[in-house]
Amino acid sequence: MTAPSTILPLDVSSLVYEAGGTRLLHDVSFRLTAGTRTVMLGPNGAGKSLTLRLCHGLLTPTMGAIRWGGEVSSDPARTRRHQAMVFQRPVLLRRSARGNIEHALKLRRVPRAERRARAELALAQTGLAALGDRPARALSGGEQQRLALARAWATTPQVLFLDEPTANLDPAATRAVETLIGGFHAAGAKIIMTTHDLGQAQRIADEILFVHNGRLLEKTAAEQFFTAPTTREAEAFIKGELLW
Amino acid sequence: MGEFGQGLINAATLIVSFDSDFLGIVGLSLRVSLSAVVIACLIGFPLGALLALSRFPGRGAAVAVLNALMGLPPVVVGLIVFLALSRSGPFGVLGLLFTPTAMIIAQTILVAPIIAALTRQTVEDLWAEYGEHLRSLNATRADTIATLLWDGRYSLTTTVLAGFGRAIAEVGAVMIVGGNIDNLTRVMTTAIALETSKGNLEMALGLGIVLLVLALTVNGVSQLIGASAQRQALRA
Amino acid sequence: MVDLFRRLAWLLSLLPLIAATPTAAERPLILATTTSVDNSGLLKHLLPKVTADTGLTVHVVVRGTGAALRLGTSGDADVVFVHDRLAEDAFVAAGHGSFRRDVMSSNFLIIGPHDDPAKIADLPDPAAGLRRIAQTKTLFVSRGDGSGTHNAELRLWTAAGLDPRVASGTWYRETGSGMGATLNIASALDAYLLTESGTWANFGNRGALTVLNDNALLNPYGIMLVNPQRHPHVPENDARKFIDWLTSPVAQQAIDEFTINDQHPFRSAAGAETTAK
Repeated sequence: MTAPSTILPLDVSSLVYEAGGTRLLHDVSFRLTAGTRTVMLGPNGAGKSLTLRLCHGLLTPTMGAIRWGGEVSSDPARTRRHQAMVFQRPVLLRRSARGNIEHALKLRRVPRAERRARAELALAQTGLAALGDRPARALSGGEQQRLALARAWATTPQVLFLDEPTANLDPAATRAVETLIGGFHAAGAKIIMTTHDLGQAQRIADEILFVHNGRLLEKTAAEQFFTAPTTREAEAFIKGELLW
Repeated sequence: MGEFGQGLINAATLIVSFDSDFLGIVGLSLRVSLSAVVIACLIGFPLGALLALSRFPGRGAAVAVLNALMGLPPVVVGLIVFLALSRSGPFGVLGLLFTPTAMIIAQTILVAPIIAALTRQTVEDLWAEYGEHLRSLNATRADTIATLLWDGRYSLTTTVLAGFGRAIAEVGAVMIVGGNIDNLTRVMTTAIALETSKGNLEMALGLGIVLLVLALTVNGVSQLIGASAQRQALRA
Repeated sequence: MVDLFRRLAWLLSLLPLIAATPTAAERPLILATTTSVDNSGLLKHLLPKVTADTGLTVHVVVRGTGAALRLGTSGDADVVFVHDRLAEDAFVAAGHGSFRRDVMSSNFLIIGPHDDPAKIADLPDPAAGLRRIAQTKTLFVSRGDGSGTHNAELRLWTAAGLDPRVASGTWYRETGSGMGATLNIASALDAYLLTESGTWANFGNRGALTVLNDNALLNPYGIMLVNPQRHPHVPENDARKFIDWLTSPVAQQAIDEFTINDQHPFRSAAGAETTAK
């Protein structure tokens, strides 16, 4: 694979999103650069997943701009070619584990001859080599999420979006997913992930975007966020006090 | 109970006798109905999938109409196809009236809405589940339809069987456009109607039982194929 | 999903095989006729002889007389062989048919339950029988479908000086169905009805029904060539060959010889030909 010039940085400016007359996201701006693991943190319903979907182009902003590599693209599909997304509940097709990966590669126009080998590699990297023939939807929850990661990884993304990837998993499966995310980061992918789990954010994040009530309240290095949050809301969240 | 007993005996006799007239009727029934179902699938799968994925003004009405068309009365369809294919009708020059082709056309019109409407439902449900993932992968409309139809294959098998059941069991349309001509357009259902009109109720019942066995066989075979395909898919 | 499309393409390639239909090159003759002719088994008796003598292939479409004549009007049949003299003459007079020829006749019969609750069996005059059925309000089922038999029945009621339709839905029941369906209903209801000897002779589900009057009416059958000037696709030569055969001495003898359950339901009557003036 010849590495295409990077699509990063990601510049989000004055992003507003409304649905059904309700403003869910208020004037959100930030810049994300390559090489770091960015974690969007915040309570449920803060607007984290929404922001992720807007960045990935699955939703269209009501106002504001999303620029990849400094360009505003009228066609989100062009940059999406270099992104992949893993959802909270893995969307697995009614096929074998390997079939799921091969299907994604096919949609990404990978030549038929290459698909099998790349799928096997992705399965091996995620510890699923022995399960390639199993129907994907018959796998355990942890295996399913690892398969979703394998499938995303097989498409060689520059940017990997992860929307609460461990929200439905037990601690052991969570740890396995976190290890894989670390591996993808080490291999050079930009990780952009949402979570409401403080511990997970501490384990993974280089950089924290703290989102609350549809507003971006803080964007700081992880270490600084956890030791010296600048907003009252972030402080309360770190202390484990409920925020509504 | 006498008639039912005699009907069973007649059915058994018909099946084991391998009477060529009888086999011709069974063969034509299968040929007409299976052809109609295949054509209806070629129309109904893409149409249903397209409707499932499209958003346009009046879509709700289109879905309602399509669902209502599932209940098209065979006699009405027969009459419309008859008028269209009649020598005095717009397609009269084709000379298709009272041929198996005319019967296939009528049954296709009966079955296509069933396939399309049920496909629409299946694909729409799957789209709700797969939509974000497929868009994330930049799937084209064609990719999406192909993926959803394939992943809906088990529901769609039932859809196809529902369509086949409708086709093989209907008598109104094929009677009108086929004419129940001996050795040409006589199928199981029109033969049953004929024997009933002759007052040969035991023979009519016998044919009815054979029709039931036939429908059961087709369903069973498709289930076996489905199960083996499923096994193969897991191994592949 | 190339696989899916490949599969569909494969299915598509099978279509010509399963949907193949006979070409128009050697077009068979399409004969529209009535239930009585077909259900009686007369055609099964005659058609092999037609093919043997003339080499013609005849496809038979069975309808009530009214519907059979309409198939001629629209050009969907080449030859029409029915039994309703007035309608047939109108068909020829309107130019839908080139000519009409007598072929044979059968009898109309009044059928009813063998215990004969209206006591009509001892009345030789069929109109008198109908009057008694009306007086006693005994169940009577009518075709009610504009067929030749239905029209004959209505003429018989007129001869009896009655209009049974005022009692429609009470003791007079119009089925709107073919002869066979109407016979099945009469059998189930133990009702009276008018039928014709050809269908009756071959009818299996008689139940308690029996013939109570066989003097009802003569039922003449006529055959008509659908006008080739209006419908150029009608194979006129074949059609004429078939009509000539059916009215030939050989065929007429075959009609007289035809028996069902030891009865001779049809009598030959070839002769008069009428054309449009």
